Amino acid sequence: MMNGNAIQYKRRSQIGSVLYRLKKNKLAMFGLFLLIVMVLIAICADFIADYDEMAIGQNIQERLQRPSSEHWFGTDHFGRDIFARIVHGSRISLSLSIIAMLFAVAAGAIIGAIAGYYGGRTDDILMRFMDILLSIPPMLMSISIVAALGQSMVNLLIALGIAYVPVFARVIRSTILSIKGQEFIEAAKACGTSDARIIFKHIIPNAIGPIIVQATLAMGSVILIISSLSFMGLGVKPPAPEWGTMLYEGRDFLRQAPYLTLFPGAAITIAVVSLNLLGDGLRDALDPRLKD
Amino acid sequence: MSQELLKIKNLEVVYKTDRGTAHVLNNISFSINKGETLGLVGETGAGKTTTALSIMRLLPKKTGFIKDGEIIFDGKNLLNLTEAEMRLIRGESISMIFQDPMSSLNPIIKIGEQIRESFEIHRPDMGKEDMNKKVEEILEMVGIPASRKNDYPHQFSGGMKQRVVIAMALACEPKLLIADEPTTALDVTIQAQVLYMMGELKDKLGTSMLLITHDLGIVSQYCDRVAVLYGGEILEYGTAEDIFTGKDHHPYTMGLFGSLPDLNKRTRRLSPINGMIPDPLNLPEGCVFHPRCPKCIEKCKTIPPQSITVAGEHKIMCHLFGKGESHE
Repeated sequence: MMNGNAIQYKRRSQIGSVLYRLKKNKLAMFGLFLLIVMVLIAICADFIADYDEMAIGQNIQERLQRPSSEHWFGTDHFGRDIFARIVHGSRISLSLSIIAMLFAVAAGAIIGAIAGYYGGRTDDILMRFMDILLSIPPMLMSISIVAALGQSMVNLLIALGIAYVPVFARVIRSTILSIKGQEFIEAAKACGTSDARIIFKHIIPNAIGPIIVQATLAMGSVILIISSLSFMGLGVKPPAPEWGTMLYEGRDFLRQAPYLTLFPGAAITIAVVSLNLLGDGLRDALDPRLKD
Repeated sequence: MSQELLKIKNLEVVYKTDRGTAHVLNNISFSINKGETLGLVGETGAGKTTTALSIMRLLPKKTGFIKDGEIIFDGKNLLNLTEAEMRLIRGESISMIFQDPMSSLNPIIKIGEQIRESFEIHRPDMGKEDMNKKVEEILEMVGIPASRKNDYPHQFSGGMKQRVVIAMALACEPKLLIADEPTTALDVTIQAQVLYMMGELKDKLGTSMLLITHDLGIVSQYCDRVAVLYGGEILEYGTAEDIFTGKDHHPYTMGLFGSLPDLNKRTRRLSPINGMIPDPLNLPEGCVFHPRCPKCIEKCKTIPPQSITVAGEHKIMCHLFGKGESHE
């Protein structure tokens, strides 16, 4: 029965339609599911296993035990529970990579937006500087920055942030070049809008799609770099349960106790794969040409 | 009598490109009185949009330059203002409607918010409540239910979007509205609606209008005065009556009328003006129209014609109307 009111159109917001398209992508949903599970595990880590007792507390009597109902993933050579360490390790990997990403996105967005919007000499100077940073692989870059500044969590963040700023500056600059030529920017200018307002209110929100995609994909590789640095002893210091550190420690027992490296390795793989799947899905979902 | 609002004197604009200097506007002069509409007619590439952008001082920064002339708006020469002073005028005293409503709205901002932006920029002391009320008022004024202010541009049809654009332009009740082919992207029935509404609003708010179009039908219906632009020069200028019913015309204007289809005549083909609009990088010597002019005489090829007043305000720039000078 019609209730006499005006017809209600089914309205879908911008985010709603992106989610709708994302939902149809099974792989991306799988990635999102894994990511959500990981985030939940990271948030609830303290409820799952006690940090001081199980993750870093040593218990020599129980060293190098095989996976069992008591120690799901076994124990390492100090008798620490691998499962507890992996659960707590997810906290480190996720929070470090998110903070590093946020820093890189913010700095990259501002540099890229200024370069793209003003063009000319400003663009040349900023982007050549970014090119210099970009010419060094992120891995090598972070190694040298951490080596120069000393090993600590903050320095690791700075290293990762700096290594990824040029990646975002490039993506954002190119998006902005295509947006700034559009008529609504000219219309905004004709309304007397200032440059700063145009950049922050009209241009950057329009470039958010590519930024999200790039951030998701880059977060995967950031997790990988954190682990690699830790593996080389440049990242998170032991006894903190970082996945890469765990791989490094388990390396000596590869024959007798492969589970020491198997499970942290799997955790890294799952984290990176889930982020990549989600990133690819988001890229498709945010691409307006694939709209239906 | 009515006051002059905008006066353009000997405006000269060039675009510096890699291939050379394009002379897009050469010495054009016209004026718009308060409350009046001036139609700027011409082919693609004649310099219509450039004229509009010059008034707004929004020419492309690194290529477009105003070489000479004056643009006097409300007693002030706009060319002497700083960028910050100019920003206060844009949207507040002069606003502009762009050709394509599809692309002149930001796709990710609700239309109500986009209209409110004008208030936020130009009336910062206005309360948020007042702004919202004004937004609703102005939406109703252009014929869009106020309840739709929280919709995004993609939820509107082309004609509705152009109404939103018009609402944005009129938000601060500007003294001058520049409409750059406001109806080109719309179909004919919507065109009529939008133009009718613009006319109504213009009368209500006492706004002057610079209507840029290549549609002579629109000009005849809505404009008080007409300037025919070709190759960066105003070839003919006069009141709408002069242009549409007067007997003396520039050959180009006659060509324009000749290329309109006539329902009452049985013809197999239209009679277009042959040739192409001249390349602004390489304008012809003498009269800009001479290579295409059916009445071209020897003199046209070398000597640029002067603007000649034929009657009242009606001016034609053509050697054929030279007083007392003998034709060859």
